[in-house]
Amino acid sequence: MTTAARHEGPGSRREAPDARAARRPGGRNGGRPPGEARGIGWLYVLPALLVYGGFLLWPLVRGAQFSLYHWDGLGTATWAGVSNYTSTWSDPALRGAFGHLLVLVVFYSVLPCCIAFVLVGAMSRTKIRGLAFFRTVLFLPQVIAMVAVAVAWRWVYSADGPVNTVLGGLHALGLPDWRRGWLGDFTFALPAVGVVGTWVGIGLALVLFLAGVQKIPRELYEAARIDGAGPVREFIAVTLPALRRELAVALTLTTIMAIRNFDLIYMATEGGPGNATKVPAYEVYNRTFNTGEVGLGCAIGVTLAVLAFAVTAGIGRLVEGRDA
Amino acid sequence: MNPRGERVVNHAILAVFAVIAVFPMIGVVTQALRLPGLDLSSFETAWRDGHFATYLRNSLIVTTVTVVVAAVLSIMAGYALGAMRFRGAPALFLLFLAGLTIPTEAVVVPLYFDLRSMGLDNTYAGLILPQVAMSVAFGTFWMRAYFRSVPPSLLEAARIDGASSWTTLWRVLVPIGRPAILTMLLLTTMWTWNEFLLPLVIINSDEGLRTAPLGLSFFQGTHKTDYSLLMAGALIIAAPIVIVYVFLQRQFIAGMLSGAIKE
Repeated sequence: MTTAARHEGPGSRREAPDARAARRPGGRNGGRPPGEARGIGWLYVLPALLVYGGFLLWPLVRGAQFSLYHWDGLGTATWAGVSNYTSTWSDPALRGAFGHLLVLVVFYSVLPCCIAFVLVGAMSRTKIRGLAFFRTVLFLPQVIAMVAVAVAWRWVYSADGPVNTVLGGLHALGLPDWRRGWLGDFTFALPAVGVVGTWVGIGLALVLFLAGVQKIPRELYEAARIDGAGPVREFIAVTLPALRRELAVALTLTTIMAIRNFDLIYMATEGGPGNATKVPAYEVYNRTFNTGEVGLGCAIGVTLAVLAFAVTAGIGRLVEGRDA
Repeated sequence: MNPRGERVVNHAILAVFAVIAVFPMIGVVTQALRLPGLDLSSFETAWRDGHFATYLRNSLIVTTVTVVVAAVLSIMAGYALGAMRFRGAPALFLLFLAGLTIPTEAVVVPLYFDLRSMGLDNTYAGLILPQVAMSVAFGTFWMRAYFRSVPPSLLEAARIDGASSWTTLWRVLVPIGRPAILTMLLLTTMWTWNEFLLPLVIINSDEGLRTAPLGLSFFQGTHKTDYSLLMAGALIIAAPIVIVYVFLQRQFIAGMLSGAIKE
């Protein structure tokens, strides 16, 4: 998201003060109609700032404050210092939850971006017909409420859902029986959740890269071809550098999706079986409302906010930093 | 490979992924309608036992109020930050920008306790205000980008005609900014409609105030594996956004990928 902040739109050259204004006593008036007060800009921002400050920034500050106490939500709170934060890696269940988040980042972000990138690289040489249609369909998973997606995928993985039906058919052909309750399996529940993330992310990445590839001047490919580059060289020399921005945006958006993973886990597994699919986003809720560790819940929440911010800033920096 | 063969392969790849993208949805529709046969009994049961009429009404109220209020506030703030110069503007913009990355998970717990002590838990206001705050973070960022792209000569012309900044905003800039405003409205509508964690925590006892996604989670609690019923419920809550998306997909996609396009 914030990568957009760094690019200046075409109206950013606001540097030509109008000559008459410059000659007026009092100098430039910063684009105000005559007779309007200096602080008028603040008045315009104020209503938005009040709601935003009161119901987003202030809760964030309060969350940071709560995170420094041990509190069960009912009685008196006791000072905890940073012990709630150290718990995030000393408590094995929480350490596991952050480990699961890492695994899910691979599924939600790395995998979709890699798959989409290779596919689009293969497609860069020809014009795509019906691009608008493909875009609409591929992007569909992004707009469906995650709770509805979770319900749909619970059916996909269910005892007589499509996955087990196909495996049952393979079993009938003589292969071993691979059918199982995927979301209830200690080994497979986390990857099963991850695949849902891959499914959501792949469309986003494909749409982004396809848009980017359409903008690469054809001459670059022709030049590469004249130089005798094969498809692989062409991909590395032309497509990859041209899609750097798109890749950064895709990685950022999908990683943030992995971090904000509450809805799917709550609806599909509730962190189970055991702790197999516990993730930090779920633990914020779980520790606050189920086990009465409000300070710890807030500490995990703050950690997630810091992570989300670092990912957004970091990936953007990484890409802007290297020159094409 | 010759270009013609390549084109066929490319379209085949895209077709495969398009099918993958919709196959769970096809499952939802076939299960909900009990195809092939078209039996609407699941819908009737879901609608009657699941109280989805109430949930949809709540979602509609919360989403409409959130989106309209957030849009007006965002347009005003974006106008000031994009088209005016005043002391502190850059810092203010950065403050709004920071809000783009704050996950709901980071604020939901303090919101719960503070709204409860203000008596705002289990109320529309308690659900709407935090979502206006989230929408305003994005909206201000989005509208500022639009107002920065307005040619300065247009502002000049309005000023020479003696228009106040207020008149210039609502009479000149908002009408020509319709595409940017529409995209903002669509995205904030989608995010508000689909929001789940906030209503789950804020609407914790009053069943009459549950929003559609929250309703679906409780519906799943009572019908654990009756997939035909669950799919009908999922379809009911997802359909409004999907229908709007199908008609206005261009704006949706442009908005969500806004960071990618270098002007």
